[in-house]
Amino acid sequence: MTLRGLIPLIAFVMLIGALAFGLTRDPRILPSELIEKPFPEFALQNLDGDRTLTPSILDGQVSLVNVFGSWCVACTVEHPQLMALRDAPDLNLVGIDWRDTRDAANRWLVKHGNPYDTIIFDPNSKLIVPLGVTGAPETFIVDKAGQIRYKHVGIITRKDWQNTLRPLVESLQ
Amino acid sequence: MTAELGHIALILAFCVALLQAIIPMVGAQRNDARMMEFGDRAALGQFLLVAFSFAALTSVFLASDFSVKLAALHSHSDKPLLYKITGVWGNHEGSILLWVLMMAGYGAFVPILGKTLPPSLKARAIAVQALVGAGFLAFILFTSNPFERLNPVPINGNGLNPILQDPGLAFHPPFLYLGYVGFSLPFSFAVAALIEGRVDAVWAKWLRPWVLIAWSFLTIGIALGSFWAYYELGWGGWWMWDPVENVSFMPWLAGTALLHSILVLGTRHSLANWTVLLAITTFALSLIGTFVVRSGVLVSVHAFAVDPERGVFLLALLALATGGALTLYALRANTLRDPAPLNLTSRDGALVMNNLLLIAALATVFLGTFYPLFIDAVNGSKISVGAPYFDLTFAPIMCLLILFMGIGPMFKWRQDSLRRLRRPILICAAGFVIIFAAAVLFGKSVLGAAALALAAWLAIGTVLAVGRKAKWSRAGLKAQPASTWGFAGAHMGIAIFTAAVTAMSVWAQTDIGTLKRGDSLVLGKHSYTLVEIGAGQRDNYDFLAGEIAVTKAGKPVTTLSTERRFYPVRNQITTEAGLHLSFGQTLFASIGEGNPEDGFIVQVYKHPFVVWIWLGALLMALSGFVSLADRRLRLPGRRKQAVSADMVAAE
Amino acid sequence: MRWLLMISLVLGFCFAAPTYAQTSPDEQRARDIGAQLRCVVCQNQSIEESDAQLAQDMRRLVREQLATGATNEEVISHIRDSYGDYVLLKPPVQSNTYVLWFFPLVLVAASFIWWGLAARRREVVASDTVLSDNDKALLETLMDETP
Repeated sequence: MTLRGLIPLIAFVMLIGALAFGLTRDPRILPSELIEKPFPEFALQNLDGDRTLTPSILDGQVSLVNVFGSWCVACTVEHPQLMALRDAPDLNLVGIDWRDTRDAANRWLVKHGNPYDTIIFDPNSKLIVPLGVTGAPETFIVDKAGQIRYKHVGIITRKDWQNTLRPLVESLQ
Repeated sequence: MTAELGHIALILAFCVALLQAIIPMVGAQRNDARMMEFGDRAALGQFLLVAFSFAALTSVFLASDFSVKLAALHSHSDKPLLYKITGVWGNHEGSILLWVLMMAGYGAFVPILGKTLPPSLKARAIAVQALVGAGFLAFILFTSNPFERLNPVPINGNGLNPILQDPGLAFHPPFLYLGYVGFSLPFSFAVAALIEGRVDAVWAKWLRPWVLIAWSFLTIGIALGSFWAYYELGWGGWWMWDPVENVSFMPWLAGTALLHSILVLGTRHSLANWTVLLAITTFALSLIGTFVVRSGVLVSVHAFAVDPERGVFLLALLALATGGALTLYALRANTLRDPAPLNLTSRDGALVMNNLLLIAALATVFLGTFYPLFIDAVNGSKISVGAPYFDLTFAPIMCLLILFMGIGPMFKWRQDSLRRLRRPILICAAGFVIIFAAAVLFGKSVLGAAALALAAWLAIGTVLAVGRKAKWSRAGLKAQPASTWGFAGAHMGIAIFTAAVTAMSVWAQTDIGTLKRGDSLVLGKHSYTLVEIGAGQRDNYDFLAGEIAVTKAGKPVTTLSTERRFYPVRNQITTEAGLHLSFGQTLFASIGEGNPEDGFIVQVYKHPFVVWIWLGALLMALSGFVSLADRRLRLPGRRKQAVSADMVAAE
Repeated sequence: MRWLLMISLVLGFCFAAPTYAQTSPDEQRARDIGAQLRCVVCQNQSIEESDAQLAQDMRRLVREQLATGATNEEVISHIRDSYGDYVLLKPPVQSNTYVLWFFPLVLVAASFIWWGLAARRREVVASDTVLSDNDKALLETLMDETP
């Protein structure tokens, strides 16, 4: 057994290690670049079309910003959990209605319920892209000073809320 | 009933494979002829059982038997006959069964065509082939059973994915697998030879045709995939450096190095080390490819259903097979040292450089493909490696290789000098300079000109090599063995391919605009006018169709029909591009969103010589098959009195 | 978006550039930038090539930013700030990609060095490979032949 003969084997073993590691990761999930950075600037209409919203709507309270759309099947699954948060006292629930029409969004909200204090209407991804969003649903936790503290990709389950999001929200109060 | 029979056949095949893996191996160890012969019969038996199983699955699809889950998911009673058949392998379970069928098939050829092989080597090779086959059969039986039943039985199937109902895509997997799986024979024989303790010219001569066959099929498979992507995906790309494309390309690169090494080993008795390692590596890369496509480890266009359990199983299979082979290699590496020193200016030297550069290219593609995974493992960063990386790293290595390919074949074996080849080298260089100058003048691109000039260098070098062999006489040409023509065709194929890729990369033209009826886009002398626009519904999709008339300098050339289709059930949009293929300029157009008032988004392309990309590849594959006809490769079946019959006067 | 495209189409005809497409310089810049940005909801396409809706929006955003006078680098780093290095099709040359970029170069250099050294290796290792007498005889004839 020579060292030279062992090189291919050693290299291969390392490769298997890397591939095994790869099986434990989802290559499509992107971590957020914006943790501990201020919420991006925007000036978009609300869903009703009667106000222009800016990041000032996030000032002074802890906010949960949720990206959804009437076309998004997974959002329907997540919605009951958000509805449960509707009356939470210290939590500002903001929705971003992405790539939608006003009609379709309103119908969806009537059908599934509207937990949001405010809804930003973003049909052209003007806020979505600066936020680094790749799909719906995605949720951001923003602190009182308007800084993004956490990004949750995918459906918020009860467990996610109990174990991760609620403690974070409470710590930011 | 058919499904159950198919399932039973698979179970039996698995049992046979296990026996086939053990008995001949023990037999070879003990020099027991009967035990070794068992391997021959088992190999045939295993193939027949798997073939029966595959036939059963095919008949399930043909009969549209939706009580079988696989047919329910992937077929439909309205599917045309051709696509019912090709649908058998258009999914994970069916395609893995096809893989196993081919492994068993290749394995069955060993007893049929290998009657003059040393019995112990043959028995060991059959055993290794069976061992890997058994691994895959276990994979099927435990994680990917194609014969699972479904209750309640649906009225109709779910399998009307429009993208899969396409001839190019339907035939891409079989050719690809014939290539991938074909390299299992060199792998099995390499392991067998390592166990035996001898890697010699007899071994190489027997194996060479199999390497040629596998390599040629793989070339066709990759070319088909690329051609399909070009006309189907609608944006004119023919190679995206997508991870799944890369994992099919890497065995090709290794296989090319293997092909050249086995040629040398068969005639010059050197490069045994290289050949064995390459034989193991090529098949290992095929296994890695299978793993990557089906495990979800890398982000890619191909989407087989991803299942962690399957990923783990395949990884284990890969680890055991390759790990075992490489361990053997480590143990035996000493015995494979080359006896003679290497001369740089000799054909041996050129071939070693050929191997080194192919491996450098392979390693580069490998690194680029797996780097996102590696860096994620090391420190969690998310980096993506796209086409620009490969263009900057892979392309230059290939250019170096082409440089050597141009003159390498003209060197003599063992020892030669640059001085002796002064004239041909100068002729090649002259060709290079002329083409370079012309291309810079007319094409206005230095990089493009350099690449074209390299292609010319290679083409001229190849012609010179053949001419010199034939001593520039017609009689000499007629006397050339098949392998000379194989060499000429393959290298010429690369030259054509390179020139076409360069033309496409540097001189393709495109434009995009919003057109109303009657508006045009202009590319050089060609004018693309949107003459008709319509919408409608057909089968299971809504469509927006555009007719684009193309004229050149006022004279009509053709009309391109392009559609944008929306499939409501699948919530999927596809673009059917209109294209007019030609040996010169291929014209291409695709339509996007829009409305009659503002106009529709139309993108038009002019692709010079793009079809030569695939024609060059086909020439390579054809040359591989031509090489098989070489009279010096006597298939042992023909000569009954075999006394190392494979050894015939070489070049 | 459509206005922008209409304008660039008209501009394209007016300033028929010597380059190979009738596009305005801004549009060409937008395409160059787009070709470098990965479509994050697709698998392996740039935003220029992709049909996806998010890709369309990103293309529009790129053109809007260019229209406000941003440089190519500014537009790209804007998007990179939101999505991370992942959105760049060409991996940036930085500390966690040195290996990626320099490995091919090192490998090619090593190949040439190895190749050169192999020529100087004069050792003849006593080979353990066993050849039958027949093989040996035929081998002799092979080794002595010149092609």
